[in-house]
Amino acid sequence: MKTFVWLVKREFWEHRGGFLWAPLVAGSVFLVLNMMALIAAEVIGMRHGMHFGGSDLHMLIEKADAGDLAKVGTGLDLALLSSTGIIGIVMGFVVLFYCLGSLYDDRRDRSILFWKSLPISDMRTVLAKVVSAVVLVPVIAVVIGIAIGIVQLIMFAIVLSFHGINAWQLLTLAHPIRTILAMITAVPLYALWALPAVGWLMLCSAWARSKPFLWAVAAPLVTGLMVTWFNIMGLFNLSSTWFWHHIVQRIILSVFPGSNLVFDEHQMQAMAQLGDDAPSAILTPGSSFLLLGSVELWIGVVAGVALIAAAIWFRRVRDDS
Amino acid sequence: MNAVVTASGLVKRYKQSVALDGVSFEIPAGRIVGLIGPNGAGKTTALKAILGLTDFQGQLNVLGFDPRSQRNQLMEQVCFIADVAVLPRWIRVSEAVDFVANVHPRFNRSKCEAFLARTKLQPSMRVKQMSKGMIVQLHLALVMAIDARLLILDEPTLGLDILYRKQFYQTLLEDYFDENKTIIITTHQVEEIEHILTDLMFIRDGKIVLNTDMDAMGDRFAEVMVSADRAADARRLNPLDERQIFGKSIFLFDGADRATLESMGEVRRPSVSDLFVATMKGTYA
Repeated sequence: MKTFVWLVKREFWEHRGGFLWAPLVAGSVFLVLNMMALIAAEVIGMRHGMHFGGSDLHMLIEKADAGDLAKVGTGLDLALLSSTGIIGIVMGFVVLFYCLGSLYDDRRDRSILFWKSLPISDMRTVLAKVVSAVVLVPVIAVVIGIAIGIVQLIMFAIVLSFHGINAWQLLTLAHPIRTILAMITAVPLYALWALPAVGWLMLCSAWARSKPFLWAVAAPLVTGLMVTWFNIMGLFNLSSTWFWHHIVQRIILSVFPGSNLVFDEHQMQAMAQLGDDAPSAILTPGSSFLLLGSVELWIGVVAGVALIAAAIWFRRVRDDS
Repeated sequence: MNAVVTASGLVKRYKQSVALDGVSFEIPAGRIVGLIGPNGAGKTTALKAILGLTDFQGQLNVLGFDPRSQRNQLMEQVCFIADVAVLPRWIRVSEAVDFVANVHPRFNRSKCEAFLARTKLQPSMRVKQMSKGMIVQLHLALVMAIDARLLILDEPTLGLDILYRKQFYQTLLEDYFDENKTIIITTHQVEEIEHILTDLMFIRDGKIVLNTDMDAMGDRFAEVMVSADRAADARRLNPLDERQIFGKSIFLFDGADRATLESMGEVRRPSVSDLFVATMKGTYA
């Protein structure tokens, strides 16, 4: 266990830039842009004598009915979530490239000979990398996302309070605790959902003699094109959309958090039906666990485990240094 | 009996070549073995087999373990320095020490820090900022702090200047080696390790062509400096090799009668490099 912790620590040392600084910088840039927008709005507002807040907005809120207030709450939830969205995209790229390099880079620079000179099994090495990709990176991203989101909310609250609006009253309309909980519960689900992609990318990383990126992306793309071609030719009764949807997307793009929402047609329909309330309704702790009931998730998990097992095997036998 | 490495009939084939062609040998404890051969002779493959880094056919026992299936137990007792280029470039000195200290059960941290204190390495330095010589100092400090029974060095001083090379072997001898430890070295800088070796193994085209301890080597091989008028006599004794220096001929003999040789000229023990060149004649032809 101690060894495992140190193996994960090693991954963090090596990839501090991607694991920590990338989400931090992305979040901070987002924050700064928001701040600039707020200041710009204030300045323009003052120049043109317009009032966003003041007694008008105050009155507006007091006169608003329950439905309107719910929309304000949703808006604030989105403000809290939006930074996580940006960070999530950055994190997806970090995990993608981390996995592709994880079992390849040290073969290329031959430092694998140093790692292999230590009494650590290949299984532990590979699993530590899997855990780094599907637990450590998302946890760091979520913590940073929550911190940035809270700063963002406070920023809005301060600006509003300049205009005589009780920021606390507005905040009670939002669901910050629920939203934060939803983000935290998304971590274990992400780990399960991303497993086939992480497994596939790491398998390519362990297997490829060169250019793992090309293999990881080109192989499924070419296969997908073949399937589509056969489909057009009517040779076999293969559904090409099914293949693109359940194989190609799952083994490459599942590293992006939230991709389960985008790829799942039912979820998308549900979101459309929910209308304005959709984002916050989807992103409750309860709704993220709905995914646990989907067969597709568990098939993906099984495939991911098999791919990781293959990656471990290649890590052991690949002999090219 | 107390063999550290026992190999019999090792065979390793790559697609186009045979790297090990039925190699058998035994290395007892407390020896420093030089595994020497031309490029592509199979040295590195043999070391990789011992380290469980490659698959092969045949029997191999290292410290009682089969390197293919018991690699993890084996690596607690075996240390390995490939060449200086294998420490990860991103790692800091302090991180490397922390990591090895926490994953290696036989690592002695204070010993490692004592070695590092004798160098110019700072804890915050990264490998990519170091010279090759400093990298090998760090690697050596890590390895020497591990209480291992077998140390394998594959071209450990490649690309180092002579100061670092001398220091490397000196440290190894003075602070590391004892009768419980065994060291296997491959290198092309034969002259520099000649005086520290206890055993010599020549490998050529995947076969062991010479396996001897240094004392026996001195008894078996002899070099005689013969003046030009006696050269024809010497040639009749089937020398391994002949070269000319200052108008005299130097002949290298394998197992020739001492008394006969001494009657022809000055007899001395050949250097490992001369013996190597003579043995490997025609390798690249």
